Amino acid sequence: MGQQVVIEPVSRIEGHGKISIILDDAGRVADARLHVTQYRGFEKFCEGRPFTEMPSLVERICGICPISHSLASVKACDEILGVQVPTTAMKLRRLLNCGEFIQSHSVSFFYLSSPDLLLGMDSDPAKRNILGVLEKHPALARDGIRLRQIGQRIIEWFAGKRIHPAWVVPGGVNAPLTADHRENMLALVPEAVDIIQRTLAVFKQSLENYREEIRTFANFPTYFMGLVDAQGNLDHVDGKLRFMDAKGNIVADQIDPARYQEYIGEAVEEYSYLKSPYYKPLGYPEGIYRVGPAARLNVCNGCGTPLADQEWAEFRSLERGPVLSSFYNHYARLIEILYSIETLDRLLQDPDILNTRTRAFAQPNYTAGIGVVEAPRGTLFHHYQVDDCGLMTWANMIVATGNNNLAMNRGVLQVAKRFIDGPKLTDAAVNRIQAVVRAFDPCLSCSTHVLGQQEFSIALIGPDGKVLDQA
Amino acid sequence: MSKMRIATTWLDGCSGCHMSLLDLDDRLADMAQQIEIVYGPLVDALEFPEAVDVALVEGAVSSDADVKKVRLIRERSKILVSFGDCAVTSNVPAMRNEFRVQEVLQRGYEENVSCHGQIPGVGVPALMPQVRPVHEYVEVDVFLPGCPPPADAIFFLLSELLQGRIPDLTGKSRFGA
Ligand code: SF4
Repeated sequence: MGQQVVIEPVSRIEGHGKISIILDDAGRVADARLHVTQYRGFEKFCEGRPFTEMPSLVERICGICPISHSLASVKACDEILGVQVPTTAMKLRRLLNCGEFIQSHSVSFFYLSSPDLLLGMDSDPAKRNILGVLEKHPALARDGIRLRQIGQRIIEWFAGKRIHPAWVVPGGVNAPLTADHRENMLALVPEAVDIIQRTLAVFKQSLENYREEIRTFANFPTYFMGLVDAQGNLDHVDGKLRFMDAKGNIVADQIDPARYQEYIGEAVEEYSYLKSPYYKPLGYPEGIYRVGPAARLNVCNGCGTPLADQEWAEFRSLERGPVLSSFYNHYARLIEILYSIETLDRLLQDPDILNTRTRAFAQPNYTAGIGVVEAPRGTLFHHYQVDDCGLMTWANMIVATGNNNLAMNRGVLQVAKRFIDGPKLTDAAVNRIQAVVRAFDPCLSCSTHVLGQQEFSIALIGPDGKVLDQA
Repeated sequence: MSKMRIATTWLDGCSGCHMSLLDLDDRLADMAQQIEIVYGPLVDALEFPEAVDVALVEGAVSSDADVKKVRLIRERSKILVSFGDCAVTSNVPAMRNEFRVQEVLQRGYEENVSCHGQIPGVGVPALMPQVRPVHEYVEVDVFLPGCPPPADAIFFLLSELLQGRIPDLTGKSRFGA
């Protein structure tokens, strides 16, 4: 055992975590661990509650992607009811989800990561935040604030509240879309498209400056997982599972998400409250795979909307096989915002969208249900069991960030090896180690539905287990 | 005039209260002349600084690390705001109080796993037997309920504090809102 470095708290991350970096006798980086330091217990404490409460309850797992949790939850509940959800309700849920992707990806890109990307990884840490970006690049920062606001407004117009709304329900949604709100939303589309296209242009120009980060930010072969529709296109809400290997071969396709347990196992490491899911056919820990924006764009055949498809083609041409560097998640996030805006526009034009039949009613008819969606950070699984009265008896959830746990750990190791030299932590190393974690946009509040601690720290630990340096 | 030094933090919460703070949108940007965010998930400071004017504390107290943290925040902040229902009443996180900690951990780390089942205990904080609201550990100056508190209420809170007044939040927010 070598020496060890701890970084705590990891900043500009949505949740609680710290990082230990372990040095060997020669003072070189030997190992790295991402500790997620919170656990909340949702899988247990929902026991005994009526399953119909679950959509509202699980929103409280995460304030950044509550819509994803409620959508996965209502899909599990739909199965417990055993009903066919009206097609308009399916479309409305998809629309709501567009609002969430716009706002959540905007938080990640503009509020959390743009300080690194625009001010520089080595800029003054006291200014390296959204207010600093606002000073230096006011137009872009205002664009980001506006784009997030557009996403949140859309959610509010559907659901009456921006955060933790109670609009999606088992069997559908609880109120149809009004003509006024449809007009309001349509009116926002051109502005949103402009903002995202401007941002994409700025981002692509800046890529040149980040060669080292692209080379080291979790840039290694892994499997990838994501949901795709029947044509193999990107699908955030109703797709089937597809797995791709590191060379780009599709190794499992059109898998009904209800069979997730045949493909995904969950392991625990003693140093983290975040579990480590793995691709079962390869075993643990060899079954490392990634989810999230870049993984989704890797596994799909295209987005299925014209502007996003152009960007997707350019994205995929970065490499011959799948895009391996997790740095490119930032890029993929912007493309997915564009896809979400186009999808929003298309669905709002649908003549059926104002239909008032939006909910199917039933008593619980089945004792289990599995609901799976793509959350902004990756594939999200909710699996419930209920008794005959519909009271919860058991739940399992695999959250987006959990899927990436093995890859985040290995990514931290890769960056630590490149940027740490000797027993001292430099700001350059500390920020890059945090930035690689940030590239995954981990939502540690989600990940620890099962618990969490404050933000993030990094420790450098020596061969004798002594902490040499902390940040 | 020197800027008001604001720290924000989350204990056992969902970050939704912080997202509601971001829902101030342009109003937050416009306030940038008067406020400075010196600590929290949005900025890079690794240590909770001294002489904080206002600390917004989201979330309930759930682990031994939360207890340490909330005490440190109290020591170093002039005004401590119990920010949102989880901080004020312990809300959803306290639903685990119905169960023993061991049972809650077993579900997550021993039952719902397919490999290496074990309860994490290295480098991670220990859970307190009960999840409790912030004011059971430290004195709280302002309570702002809501799940999350609406952005307008947060705006009112910050504006009043900027004027040097302790805000009267009656009618601005409600539990569960
Ligand atoms: S009060 Fe509500 S929004 Fe705030 S942290 Fe708790 S659950 Fe999340």
